[in-house]
Amino acid sequence: MTDTADVAAPDGAPPGPSGRGSGENVLTVTIDGRTITAAKGELVIDAAERNGIYIPRFCYHPRMRPVGMCRMCIVDIDTGRGPALQPSCMIECADGMTVDTGSPATRKAQEGVLEFLLVNHPLDCPVCDKGGECPLQDQTMSHGPGESRFVEEKRHFEKPIPVSDLVMLDRERCILCDRCTRFANEVAGDPLISFIDRGNETQVNTFPGHPFSSYFSGNTVQICPVGALTATPYRFKARPWDLEQAESTCTSCSVGCRVAIQSSRNQVLRYLGVDVDAVNWGWLCDKGCFDFEAVNSSERLGSPLVRDEGLLLKPATWNDALRRATVSIREGLQRSGPEGFAVLGGARLTNEDVYAWVKLTKGFIGSDNVDAQLGDGLPAEAVLGLPAATIDDACRPGGAVLLLGPDPKEELPVLYLRLRHAVVNDDVKIVELASTETGTTELAAHSLRYRPGHAVPLVRALLAGEPETQRGRHGVGADEVGGVAPEAIEAAGALLAERPVTVILGRANLAEGAKSIAAAARLIHDSHPEVNFLSALRRANVRGALELGMSPGVLPGRVTLDAGREWFAERWSTVPSAKGLDAAGILRAAADGKIDTLVLLGADPLADFPDRDLAERALAGARTVIACDQFLTESVRQADVVVPAAGYAEVDGTTTNLEGRVSTLAQQVTPPGTAQPDWSVAADLAFRLGFDLGIESVEQIAKEIEAVAPAFAGLTHHLMVLTDGQDGVLVSVRPRREARPEPSPDAPEPEVEAQPQVQADGPQPPEPSIPVPDWRVIDPPLLDAYSLRLVVNRKLYDRGTLVRHSPSLADLAEPATLCLHPHDFDRLGIVSGDDVRVTSGRGHVTVATRPDAGVPRGVAVLDANKAGGRANVLIDANAPVTDVRMERP
Amino acid sequence: MPRFTSENTAVADDIIARYPRPKSAMIPLLHLAQEQDGYLTEEAMEHIAELIGVLPAEVLGTASFYEMFKREPVGDYVVNVCTNISCLLLGGEELLHHLEYRLGVRAGSTTPDGKFTLEDVECIAACTEAPCMQVNYRYFHRVELDEVDQLLDDLRSGRLAHEVPRHGTLSRVRQQLPEDRAGNAPPDRNVEPVWLARNRNDGEGDGQGGTP
Amino acid sequence: MSATGNAKDIPRIMSGRWDLADGHTLERYLDTGGYEGLKRALTSMTPDEVTEEVKAASLLGRGGAGFPAGVKWGFCPPGVFPRYLVVNGDESEPGTYKDRILMERDPHQLIEGALIACYAIGAAQAFLYVRGEMALAQERIAQALNDAYAAGYIGCDIMGTAGFSVDVVLHWGAGAYIVGEETALIESLEGERGMPRLKPPYFPAAKGLYMQPTVVNNVETLANLPWIVTNGGAAFAALGAEKSLGTRLFAVSGHVNRPGVYEVEFGTTTFRDLLYGEHYGDGIRHDNRLKAFIPGGASAPWFFEEHLDLPLEAGAVGAAGSMLGSGAVVVMDETTDAVKAAWRMVRFFARESCGKCTPCREGATWLERILRRMLDGHGRPSDVDKLLDICDNISPQITWPPKQTTICPLGPSAVSPIASAVMRFRDEFFAYCGGGEITVPVNGKAYLSTPPTVGATP
Ligand SMILES: Cc1cc2nc3c(=O)[nH]c(=O)nc-3n(C[C@H](O)[C@H](O)[C@H](O)COP(=O)(O)O)c2cc1C
Ligand code: SF4
Ligand code: FES
Repeated sequence: MTDTADVAAPDGAPPGPSGRGSGENVLTVTIDGRTITAAKGELVIDAAERNGIYIPRFCYHPRMRPVGMCRMCIVDIDTGRGPALQPSCMIECADGMTVDTGSPATRKAQEGVLEFLLVNHPLDCPVCDKGGECPLQDQTMSHGPGESRFVEEKRHFEKPIPVSDLVMLDRERCILCDRCTRFANEVAGDPLISFIDRGNETQVNTFPGHPFSSYFSGNTVQICPVGALTATPYRFKARPWDLEQAESTCTSCSVGCRVAIQSSRNQVLRYLGVDVDAVNWGWLCDKGCFDFEAVNSSERLGSPLVRDEGLLLKPATWNDALRRATVSIREGLQRSGPEGFAVLGGARLTNEDVYAWVKLTKGFIGSDNVDAQLGDGLPAEAVLGLPAATIDDACRPGGAVLLLGPDPKEELPVLYLRLRHAVVNDDVKIVELASTETGTTELAAHSLRYRPGHAVPLVRALLAGEPETQRGRHGVGADEVGGVAPEAIEAAGALLAERPVTVILGRANLAEGAKSIAAAARLIHDSHPEVNFLSALRRANVRGALELGMSPGVLPGRVTLDAGREWFAERWSTVPSAKGLDAAGILRAAADGKIDTLVLLGADPLADFPDRDLAERALAGARTVIACDQFLTESVRQADVVVPAAGYAEVDGTTTNLEGRVSTLAQQVTPPGTAQPDWSVAADLAFRLGFDLGIESVEQIAKEIEAVAPAFAGLTHHLMVLTDGQDGVLVSVRPRREARPEPSPDAPEPEVEAQPQVQADGPQPPEPSIPVPDWRVIDPPLLDAYSLRLVVNRKLYDRGTLVRHSPSLADLAEPATLCLHPHDFDRLGIVSGDDVRVTSGRGHVTVATRPDAGVPRGVAVLDANKAGGRANVLIDANAPVTDVRMERP
Repeated sequence: MPRFTSENTAVADDIIARYPRPKSAMIPLLHLAQEQDGYLTEEAMEHIAELIGVLPAEVLGTASFYEMFKREPVGDYVVNVCTNISCLLLGGEELLHHLEYRLGVRAGSTTPDGKFTLEDVECIAACTEAPCMQVNYRYFHRVELDEVDQLLDDLRSGRLAHEVPRHGTLSRVRQQLPEDRAGNAPPDRNVEPVWLARNRNDGEGDGQGGTP
Repeated sequence: MSATGNAKDIPRIMSGRWDLADGHTLERYLDTGGYEGLKRALTSMTPDEVTEEVKAASLLGRGGAGFPAGVKWGFCPPGVFPRYLVVNGDESEPGTYKDRILMERDPHQLIEGALIACYAIGAAQAFLYVRGEMALAQERIAQALNDAYAAGYIGCDIMGTAGFSVDVVLHWGAGAYIVGEETALIESLEGERGMPRLKPPYFPAAKGLYMQPTVVNNVETLANLPWIVTNGGAAFAALGAEKSLGTRLFAVSGHVNRPGVYEVEFGTTTFRDLLYGEHYGDGIRHDNRLKAFIPGGASAPWFFEEHLDLPLEAGAVGAAGSMLGSGAVVVMDETTDAVKAAWRMVRFFARESCGKCTPCREGATWLERILRRMLDGHGRPSDVDKLLDICDNISPQITWPPKQTTICPLGPSAVSPIASAVMRFRDEFFAYCGGGEITVPVNGKAYLSTPPTVGATP
């Protein structure tokens, strides 16, 4: 793996965001009499806008290849041969060029284009969803012809037709700007909508029977410059002038796309993507786009619940609920000390919420039994200890990505879009290590299908260096490794050896132990310390929670218990004496009756912990379960005290994405009933337990985090909200080996960095650093002839809380189906489509089956958390892999 | 027979192999489908999508751009009458109206017996032979109104089957590429053809400026 | 059936085999000097020398734009391969009829020309894009290619020349005029909707087929190459005048006594020769008066009596406000209804707009609908200026050469017939709007007054 700096984009790359020239040549252009500088390759329309001159446009979108279709942006451009009308969205700036955006010729042409567009556009603005925020309407008001000279009849199409479950299309309103179709084709890679027919008859449509079921369809609604595309969850819900808006960060997954939350009458009605160069480029996935319905769900918890003597959960006052919780905690502490107190969850909370709970648990109670993950992620040391990469690092032109983690398309959709762009336009190559075909496989240069449990030997073989030496070592006809042919390993290894590599690290298969993935990562780190890792864990703030100590052995700000003991001892009333238990350990201890109080912070171990049997026993075994949640999930139903939590769009704060980028969350509506933010529950409980957490507001917590958590030093309110930090600030420091390039107009914006105040005197904070341990992995057992090795992957739409409570999305989750290679159907004598009973050492489920040639032989794939077959019933959390057998029910 | 027959699938594979990129075979394969079925069925478009590795919407997008691709069944004989300028000047419209009258249908429709589809088309490059028309894309030059009835009769009775094959069939000769063909020039391989080296007098390559 | 002719004693560079019943066969082609040009190029010329010869011939492209072929070849960026040759046989411009004859009657001449071009530019693969509706041309070319492959004129080590290996692939369209535009042709060849690309940056010679350097040449352009290589560029340049050298095919159609496709000396012959010369058009039918003529296909502004003595020379015609375009001369006599003729051509452009640019897609359709409304008797006097203003929004100031608010010249092409007709025959338009006397006979619902007589066959 070479360690070279940026490789230039290949020739012929589109003038898209990452293909814009080398930045070395700065040109001088005159626009409307003002002399400005522009980068080589910069489009006139962009250069003008950067300088405050907005040229009207309909088809141009800065994140897509310009097509110059609508002709609205034509302006007089003079390159020395006299002014000529040219589309400013297609013409690159040239030295000495003169542009006149207001010449009479420009005016006349633009007015002409507007009039042409209105020739066939219906005048139904009063009933159109776009009315009030419609570029065509706005342009017509400001530039348009006063009166229509068009007396002919307009083009007619059947009024809105559904192009998918989420999107409706009104072809009469369409102005054929090619934005949605370009998005589907170029950005999402799902060309399910296309221009059909020709000339004035042209329409956008799908192929019969093949709807626009893309994970990214919502973006087309946002970028449609008229009201042709509308989203079913928003249609006729509001008029734009009634909407209030706040900018926030999406927390449907850990990519952390920036969004604008729009509400009306205290109801969230819509999310719009906000373009942040380092992260989402304005895109959202459909889950992130439409799961606002869950915020408004009537099933939200609005008041506390307490289990009465009759063992039923009954509504209660906050006072009753917190008293009951306080009594249990106090009794528990008396009975078994701090070790009897445990907290699970936190990955869905804000940084401020997490800090409050960590301070309560570690800094007051003194327990280290906390885990933000539910055994479905990676060891915290792998996430925090390995050198961190950004999304931009992974997408840097000419690089390679080693994907040892979940399918980004299913779990981190907008990361998938970024990777797709990088592969298609910037010569990035992906090497995927996965146990079954995924949505990202077709992007991969090499996809190595390894048998679950063999990640370590496979990675070792990949790293083995020069193929010759490898062949020398193994002799001709070297053996396959974990089911992967030696030639495939050799080819992938050679690709990785010649490019700078970023590893995307996560947990794809819940039935494969996390340790083997972590150990494989460590192998890479040992031999290639220059390689950076992008953590690919799904829950929104999992990285933030870990950074802030919601993990055993870690204190806020990415320091170990030992390294931070002294520093925190001065700031907190106590510090845990020894490293505590992780999620599996906590559940095991609870099952064994060793946990007195188990707190669930938005955690549903019954649904999410890979070993359901253990989770069930743990919830039954813990003396008191306190749940702080927005919904009555399966696990929450088992709690003794339930307090309603305020959720997304209802609280201010910050969240940390998978890169370690901290960005703000905004409150836009009030929470249902008496629901409270999680941090205030922690403060209240602490107070009742006789301890003042010393926090009264989110800002105050943020200040304290900045002051005490070393990795967060310098992350001030001022930076985050008032100055450059609105798009997020990276806290994941890593050794910077390359000097930052000089800023130039076309280069991506430099990362905003927090500047810690240097303390003149007093003790210095510990360095944020978590050592990477040497995970020992057990070799997986051999697969016997009658068994199949289980792969449990997550899908975008499942029975997770957000999807389940968003009516528009809930139906998109397909029921559980066991997928096998067609050959295994024959071998095992199963008929495709039949239900089978699947049995493992832990349990059994009965599910439908489907042949899938993308599944390797000897492997059974079952999606996690789906209706009609719980995959986690089968998984043994202790074992490196899970093997299953199949029989007719 | 909506998808390609196995025979035509082999032809399709052969066509795809002629191009550096499979998608270039789109239009030829659409013609092949129309040759097989007389028009384009949805299943055929889906099959083409599979063969060239695109989605059906892209096939439909391309197919629907071109006038010759019919997505509904048409008559055995598609009669195209040119009414563009040169023919117009010499009676193209009168010829069209005469055919409308004789066939009893308006331009753009098919006779109830499914024999004829009449179309009012743009210039078909026989301008000095006006007025002219095509039947299944075979030319009829300087058509006199009183010849038309005979022509329709001959078509109906199959007497012209030899000259006018069924709709969908264009060239009755297929290009055959030999086994040892020179091969595609794949766009991603930058190789200078050897004969350009002839330009080299003293080591200079590409005549248009030399290899970098 | 076709009228071909040649008055003066000039060589029939392209039409030499048209009179032979079997001119399309390999046998007859070889009998009549076929593949001699290629042989000469391969045995005694370097690729650069071939290009130089074509430059010396000053061969202008015959597809419409009239750009010198040799110069265009030189635009391929050095060192970038593969390069492709794409032969534009999509002939669809109303009035144009010459490429089809070349393809049907002398396919080997075209193939030989294509191979010579491949040799010169360094293309290892050529695509012959024939218009979809031309079944016979496809058949003849397919047969010719099969024969030429078998005889070693195409394929590996052509004519025994080690290393000169070229594949020629026959491809045909499916009915879309716009695909004749070179960038749309390339899109179509890539399996896409035939929508033009913006030039710059997508000049085919730099970024063409598959974004590789691509030379797109018209059929007629290439058909000249065997002769030029055999006889030398200088011999070719000895014919013609100014920049318009050699011979050129013109299709003379409409109201002349002798419609036909004629190979004439370029640059010197005049329109009067072409329309009235006894070997060519032989005068207006029934000795009617000339009303107007289109000098270069439906996209070209109309000419009138005062232009008859202009030579068929690109520069002179351009200066007079029109173009020779695709060599399509359409003659309209005094019985022609100018409104109807303009409407028919606009209908063509509206129907054939690819739909990409708003002004072309919406504007051409709007123009067509206004004219149709006029013809149906519902015109309003204000429509006439509205027509011109819409034209102005498609092609600002309605100048020649046209300015455009569109990507390709199809949009402005729709302006040519309307602007020509309105400016010259304004009264006729007003007549349709109840605003004046109708100066030409218009019967009933405005069909052409002309009875469907067929021009005198030669
Ligand atoms: C709307 C439009 C239609 C055209 N149609 C044709 C055509 O049918 N045949 C052709 O050879 N060139 C056509 N052209 C010209 C081509 O774009 C291109 O200039 C030509 O093929 C180049 O070949 P040449 O240099 O040999 O003339 C058309 C151009 C336009 C703008
Ligand atoms: S001018 Fe017309 S035909 Fe040309 S690209 Fe634009 S819309 Fe298409
Ligand atoms: S924005 Fe430039 S042409 Fe549409």
